[in-house]
This record gives sequence, structure tokens and C-alpha cells, in this order.
Amino acid sequence: MKRMYKNISLFSVINGTVLLLLALSCLLPILNVLAISFSDRGAVASGKVGFWPVDFTLAAYEYVLKDVAFFKSMLVSFARILVGPVLNLLLTILCAYPLSKPDSRFRARKIYVWIFYFTTLFGGGMIPTYIIVSKTGLIDSFWSMILPGAVPVGYVIMMMNFFRNLPRELEEAAWVDGATQWQILWKIYIPLSKASIATISLFCLINHWNSWFDGMLYFNNTEGQPMATYLHNLVVNTSLDAMKSTDFETLQQLSQLSTQTTQAAQLFLAMLPILVIYPFMRKYFAQGVVMGSVKG
Amino acid sequence: MKKLTADGQKRGKRMQQLPFHLMLIPGLLVVLIYNYAPMFGLVMAFQDFRPARGFFRSEWVGLKHFERFFQYPGIEKIVFNTVYIAVFKLILGLVVPVLFALFLHMIKNKLLSGFIQTVTCLPYFLSWVILGGIFVNILSPSNGVVNQIIQLFGGEPLYFLGDNSLFPWTMIITDVWKNFGYGSIIYLAAMSNIDPELYDAAKVDGAGKIKQIFHVTLPGILPMVFVMGVLSLGGILNAGFDQIFNLYNPQVYESGDILDTFIYRLGIDNAQYSFSAAVGLMKSLIGLVMILIGYKLADKYGDYRVF
Repeated sequence: MKRMYKNISLFSVINGTVLLLLALSCLLPILNVLAISFSDRGAVASGKVGFWPVDFTLAAYEYVLKDVAFFKSMLVSFARILVGPVLNLLLTILCAYPLSKPDSRFRARKIYVWIFYFTTLFGGGMIPTYIIVSKTGLIDSFWSMILPGAVPVGYVIMMMNFFRNLPRELEEAAWVDGATQWQILWKIYIPLSKASIATISLFCLINHWNSWFDGMLYFNNTEGQPMATYLHNLVVNTSLDAMKSTDFETLQQLSQLSTQTTQAAQLFLAMLPILVIYPFMRKYFAQGVVMGSVKG
Repeated sequence: MKKLTADGQKRGKRMQQLPFHLMLIPGLLVVLIYNYAPMFGLVMAFQDFRPARGFFRSEWVGLKHFERFFQYPGIEKIVFNTVYIAVFKLILGLVVPVLFALFLHMIKNKLLSGFIQTVTCLPYFLSWVILGGIFVNILSPSNGVVNQIIQLFGGEPLYFLGDNSLFPWTMIITDVWKNFGYGSIIYLAAMSNIDPELYDAAKVDGAGKIKQIFHVTLPGILPMVFVMGVLSLGGILNAGFDQIFNLYNPQVYESGDILDTFIYRLGIDNAQYSFSAAVGLMKSLIGLVMILIGYKLADKYGDYRVF
């Protein structure tokens, strides 16, 4: 009996250690970037920096905060996460509520559901979408990043499934009292779905913060591009520079010349908002997954 | 039944459906313009599309662009890369989260398992732009941490993002790494729904930890694993544009060029709009068929419906 207990605890120790190492593998790359951003350029280039800054300096951040292009892209990103998720949420709720009604109450429901749902199965693809965005006059416009994806259909279906699981009696009682559909949505459904709404808002916010492709595709010049696109340009250019030569010495020189520390500082600043809201999201993201799998 | 309809008619005025239609109008407009108009725009795949002439006055060329695709030099390589990377991402993206969830479930210390779960979910929420920047740094052959460690053990520095024999697996492993934590949540949720009495019964029958996994935990989550597996079938041609576009370079086109990056370069860099749209259309159609097969299987054998 005693021996078995010992075996189990040995297993637990190994299991815990292995999983903890796995968890560290998710944390260490971020710490590495953080350490590089606070280190001296020379120390970085010679590969001395691991997970703790070497020759601590704020030079990279001072440089980055003076960089007007980066700063502007940051403002665009903040504007985007203010406007984008609000519109996403508004349209998600407005679409999900009628679609959550039974077929008998809303006869056209099935047709509408399929119209929305089909967009998750098939799409026009990059070039036809680009042409429509261009025809609607959104090239080089802030709204090119907001309108084309304004209805997040996946979240509409999630919200619809959630609404359908709310007790019908509440709604029926409200009718008897003479409430309109708008009042029922606003006064009964929304207050009951605060957690789901919070989940969807946070996911939309992160999606908007992270999106870079629309900012690249729909803008002819870097003016007006969000930070994610700015960083994409930066990352691709530096990695291209480094990859153009296989010669080890040239590479060494290049990385000394390159602004690895400032890039690290920019990467860290781009991560910061997500790292800040992440702890608050923890209780929601499990719900996000589970909500998506709820059956209608 | 009759009484119900009569009731419905009585309340008809207040229960009318007009508000529902009104609520749907804004969302419907967005979807019609930005999702359905581009689908109509796919007619350009059968034209020699010129922006100045538009969809209606460009010249019709039938299946020219589709024929061209199959004769395009090096196209087998691109299709192979796409399927190779996508299939291994699908398999490992299914197996690794399940294994991780099984082992995490065995940790009884709530604080420790909570910490591990929180940290491993984090990469899922970071974009490939940021992670791309990070990986270019830590995988750098000259001063990246990973190669520092390899050299510490006496190995030669590896060119993860510049060597054709390493690039595809660098993509597969970093993608699995990004998603395994978040992917395991759904299995952990399924595990917490398993009736604890089943474990007690297994213990009474003399089943140890390992036997409990095989006879209680695994059967308990298997339906969910099946559903997730068949639902991911639609991604058979999605090798991960966001990731590869941020990490590839001409040196690894041979092993890392995929359909999506090919479509992008054709359409944007080379302005071959119709050809690009044709390749995109074929990819979307195959994806559509695979998704429908997946949903059918999930519905039939996994008792799962999207709505």
C-alpha cells in the first residue's frame, strides 16, 4: 500500500514538472523579447541575452516612443479597438436575437440563419473581396478595417444559441405586460447575457487588435495602417534582410546593425494590451469555447 | 395544437414579426455587400478581368485560368506543401491538446493546474505578427536563444526559417505550440462533466491511474475528440496564411510556399486578378466540400449540430 502511494507521487512529480516546463515554453519567448528590449544592443547582437536584461537600458523604448510612424499606428489601433468591437457587438446582438426565436414565431428565421451561416462555409476570397471593398470606396479608409468584418457570424451563432437557452417564460410574461420586442431584448435578454456579451466583446477586441492583413491589403501607403500592420512590415523586412544571405559573417554584421532591441520593444508594446486584459479574460475564455459548442 | 394557433392569432398584433426583420437589416446589409457580392465577384475567375471594365464588361474566357493552374510550373510542389503542412497541423493539433488535457487533468493541485492552463493559453491570443517577430528573434542562427542552447550542447546552429528541410516542421510545431493550450480547454470541460462515480467504480474494480485514463477519462471525451477531428477537416487546405506569410522568405518558397501565399502573390504582387481568383475558387470549393463532409459525420456519429 505504501509503495503504491510512493509510485503515484513520483508520477505526479514528473507529470507536474513536464507540464510546468511546457508552460514555461509559452512564457519564455515573451520574457526573451522583454529582456532583449531592455538590453544593450551589443549584448543582444553577441547573443548574451537570455531571459534577463544584460546592461539594462531604456534606450530602445526612448527611441520607439519618439518614432512618429509607430506612434501614429498605435493611435489607429486604439481607435480601431474602440469602434470595431462596439459595432461587432451591436450587430451580433441585433442579429442573434431574432434568429434565436422559434421557427413558429419568426417564419423567415431559417432563411436568415442560412444566409448568415453560409458565409462561414464559403467566401469570395481575397481578390473579389478587395474589389468590392474598393468599389464601396473604402481603400485607404479607416472603415475598411471595420465594415467588411462588422458581422462576426461565428459569434452571432454563439449568441443565438445562448439566447435560445434562456427561459421562454420571461419573454412571455413581458408580452402580457405589453412590452415590444425591442424592450424585451434590451430589458430582459441583454441583462441576462452579460457574461456572454463580455466574452464576445473581449474576443472581438483581441481580433481587432491583432488584425494586420486588412490594414496591409486595403491601404496603399503606411499612413492610416494599424500597429499590427506596421509590425508586420517591420518583421518581414528584418527577417528578409537576415535571410538574404546564408553567409554567417554577413549575418552577424547585419544583426549588429539591425535594430533588434527597438523591434523587441515594439513587439512588447504591441503585446502589452493583451497581457493586461488577459488575466481578466481567464474566466471568460473557457466560456467562449463551451458556448461555441452548445447545441441548439 | 388548435388552441395554440388561436392564441397566437389573438396575440398576433404584438407578436408580429416586423421588429425581427428590422433588427436583421443592418447585419444583413453588411453580409450581402461584403460576403455575397464578392461571391458574385467570383465570375471574374471565368473572365480576363480588368478593373476598368468591371465584372460586366470584362472578356469571358471560360476555364482558361483553371487549365493554366494545372499546367503552372511547380504547382504540384505548392499543393504538396499545403496539404503536408495542413495535415500534420490537423493531426498534431488534435492529438497534442488531448494528451495535454489528460495529463493536466491528473494534477490535483488547483493552483498549479490553473497556472499551467493560464500560461499555455496565452500564445493563442497573440497574433502571428507578434509571434513571428518573436520567432525570428529566438530562432536566429547567429544570436537566437534556441541556437545558443543547441550550441551549448555542442550542436551546429540550425537555420529554422531558412532551411527547406526544417521550415515546414518549424511551421507545424510553432502552430501546435500556439494553439495546444487553448485547444485543450474543451477537453478539460468534457472531463469535468464525467460522472465521478465512474472513477469510484473503477477504483473499486482495482483500476490504477493508467487504467482509469483508458477506461473512464478517454471514453468520456472521445465523442468530443471525434467531433473536433471531423470539424477540422475543412482546414485540409489551410496551411496557415497568417503564420507562413509572416515567417517565410524566397529562400524557403520550395518547402513553404502554400496555396494561400501563392494566391496572394498572384493577385497582389503580379496583378493577375482572374488567375488568383480562380485558384482561390478551387480552394474554397474543396474546403466547402470537406466542411460539409465533416459536419455530416459530426451530426451522424457525434450527435453534434452547429445550430
